[in-house]
Amino acid sequence: MSQDVSIDTTIDQQQQDWEDNTLRPSLQKLPESQKEFTTTSLKPIERLYTPRDLQDTDFAGEIGFPGQPPYTRGIHPTGYRGKVWTMRQFAGFGSAYDTNQRFKYLLEHGQTGLSTAFDLPTLMGYDSDHPYSEGEVGKCGVAIASRQDMEVLFDGIPLEQVTTSMTINCPASMIFAFFLATAEKQGASWRKIGGTLQNDILKEYIAQKEWIYPPRPSMRLITDTFKFCAAEMPKWNSISISGYHIREAGATAAQELAFTLRDGIEYVEYGIRAGLEVDDFTPRLSFFFNAHNDFFEEIAKYRAARRIWYRVMKERFGAKNPRSWQMRFHAQTAGVSLTVQQPINNISRVAIQALAAVLGGAQSLHCDGYDEALALPTERAALIALRTQQIIANETGVTNTVDPLGGSYFIEKLTNELEEEAWEYFRKIDSLGGMVEAIEAGFPQKEIHESAYQYQRAVERGEKIIVGVNDYLMDGNELGEPNILQIDETVERLQTERLQKLRAERDNPAAQRAIDALKRAAEAPSVNTMPLLIDCARADCTLGEMCDALRPIFGEYQEPSF
Amino acid sequence: MTSPKIRVLLAKPGLDGHDRGVKVIARALRDAGMEVIYTGLRQTPEMIVNAAVQEDVQIVGLSILSGAHMTIFPRVAQLMQERGLDDVLLFGGGIIPEDDIPKLKAQGVTEIFLPGASTEDIIEFIQTNVKPRE
Repeated sequence: MSQDVSIDTTIDQQQQDWEDNTLRPSLQKLPESQKEFTTTSLKPIERLYTPRDLQDTDFAGEIGFPGQPPYTRGIHPTGYRGKVWTMRQFAGFGSAYDTNQRFKYLLEHGQTGLSTAFDLPTLMGYDSDHPYSEGEVGKCGVAIASRQDMEVLFDGIPLEQVTTSMTINCPASMIFAFFLATAEKQGASWRKIGGTLQNDILKEYIAQKEWIYPPRPSMRLITDTFKFCAAEMPKWNSISISGYHIREAGATAAQELAFTLRDGIEYVEYGIRAGLEVDDFTPRLSFFFNAHNDFFEEIAKYRAARRIWYRVMKERFGAKNPRSWQMRFHAQTAGVSLTVQQPINNISRVAIQALAAVLGGAQSLHCDGYDEALALPTERAALIALRTQQIIANETGVTNTVDPLGGSYFIEKLTNELEEEAWEYFRKIDSLGGMVEAIEAGFPQKEIHESAYQYQRAVERGEKIIVGVNDYLMDGNELGEPNILQIDETVERLQTERLQKLRAERDNPAAQRAIDALKRAAEAPSVNTMPLLIDCARADCTLGEMCDALRPIFGEYQEPSF
Repeated sequence: MTSPKIRVLLAKPGLDGHDRGVKVIARALRDAGMEVIYTGLRQTPEMIVNAAVQEDVQIVGLSILSGAHMTIFPRVAQLMQERGLDDVLLFGGGIIPEDDIPKLKAQGVTEIFLPGASTEDIIEFIQTNVKPRE
C-alpha cells in the first residue's frame, strides 16, 4: 500500500507522538509482562503494526482481489458466500464394517465428505495377518488388505455422489487400485468420482516415517498416478501435498509452509520429467495444512501459501491454466496440541484452530476429537468435532465476507514475512539439488528436530503456557473423564480369517498372473504401473502381495541416522 | 572420581513412525549427562532386548503412539526377564489410556509417561530409580 511522502511523514509524526505521550506513560505504570512476545513457532511479534509495515506492499501485486492472482485473499471470488468448506472428518478404526458404520453416522449428521484413516499395517503395506501386524490391526485406523475390504468400507455409499479422501502414502497406488475396482463394481464412473489420494511420500521421509521403497522409485509410483488421473479422473486430486505431519513432528509454521511447498515443487518437477505437460496434471494437485494454536500466524500461513504457489506455478513452471495457479487445501486441527490433562478443554482449542483455517480460506476441514490425546475418537467426540464446524459455519458470521482479515497491518505483514522465510528455504533446498537430495542429506529432518526441541524447552521453562499441563493444573478430574474407544481384539482374528478365506477361494493362477504382469511393468520405467495394480485388485491380490512384488525391483528404504 | 554415565536404550517398537517425542527425550537425557542409544524405528521386541543386552544398558524406554502397547510392552518385559535383565528398568510413553497403565505396571513396566510429561520428570524418574552399578 504505497503512501505518498506527506502521508508517510504524518504517520511517522503521529507514531512518535503516540510513543512519547501515550505509550511511555502507560509502560511506566504497567510494564509489559514479557520482554519478547513470540508465536507458538517462537517467531517474535511486535507490539503494534501500522501502515509503515506495509509501505513496500503493493495492493494489487501482493493482496489483490479474491479469485484473482496472486490469490492471497482466496481462490473463490465469493469466499464462503456461495458454498462453505467441505466438512470432512477423518475416520477409521477396527474392521471395514466398523468404519462403514462410522461413515454413515457422520453423513447422517451433516458431514459433506468422507476421509479414511487406515491402520498401521495398511499404511505400511502389510497384510493384516503379517507377523509385523500383530497388535496393530484396526488400532489407529481401519484395516484394509483387499478389494473385498474396500467394498465393505464403502458399502451403501455412492462414490459418484460423496467425495472421498484416503490418507495413504507408501502403498497409495495399491489402495487406490482397490478403491477404483470397488467403484467399478458399484457401477460408478471413474470420470465422475471426486476425492483425494494423499499419495505424498516426501513428507513421509521428512516427518511421518511410513515408507517401503526408496525415494526415487516411490516418486515413479506417484508420477504414474499423476498420468493415470490426468487421463482417467478429471475430478480426482491425485495427491495431497501435506504439511500437517511436518508440523506435528515439530516444525514451525514457516518450516511447514516452506517444506510443504518445496515438496510441491518437487512433485511438479518429477511429473514434467516423467513426460507430462505442466497444465495437464497440476490443476489436480491439492494441499493439506495443519491448523495450530497461534491464530494469526496460521491465517497468515495459509494466505502466504496461496500467493507463493501462484508465483511458483506461473514463474518457475510457466503454467498457463489458472487452475494450476490456484492452491486448494484441506486443514486439520493440531493433534499435537491436544492435552491428556483436562481433555474437555481440547474442544476449545479445536474450535479456535478451526476458525483460523476458515479465516485462512480452507476448502475442506477436519476438527479433532477432544479425546484424541488418549485414543481414537469416540462417536460422541467425533460428533462434537463436526458440530464445532457447523457452529463456525452457521453462527459466527465469519463467512459473511471474503478474507475478513485482509488488509490488517499485522496479518499482511506476517503473510509477507512467512512468504520470505519460505523463499529462503527454497533457495537452500535448491542449492542442495532438490527436495529428494535434501531429504537424503537429512536437512528438513534436522531442522524440524531442532524446532521441536526448542519448543519443548520453552514449555519446560514456562515461557509457553499450556493450560492444564504447565499451568492451571488440577489434581482431580473435575472436568470429567472421557470414555475411551476400545478396539475389539477380535478385529485382528476376524480380519485374518477373512484374508485366509479370500486367498483360498480366489482364482489363484489369475492372481499370480496379475502379480507377474505388475512386476514386468515395474521393471520397465516407461510403463504405467497403475493399470496393472488395478488388474491385481480385480484379481483379489492382497495389499501385502502387491507391495511385496515390487520390493525386489524397487528396493527398501533404510533411514540414514542423522 | 566421577560416577559413570547412566546408560539408556530408547526404542520405537511396532510399526509406529511418530518419533518426535523419543528424539526430544534422547537429546534431553544426553544433555542431562546420560549415555543414550536410540534404536531407530520399527524394532521388534526381540531386537530391542538384544540391543539392551549388547549395549549393557541400565534403562530401557519404549515410545509408542499406535495403540499396540498392550501387545508389545509386556512382550519386551517378558523377554527382558528371560534374558536375565532383572536389574534393568523398563519404562514407556505415548498415547496410552489410563486404564491400561495398571495392567502394564503389573506386567513389569515400571512407569508410563503420557503426553505433556516434561523431560525433567523423566530425568528425575531415571535418576531416582536406576539400579547403581558397581
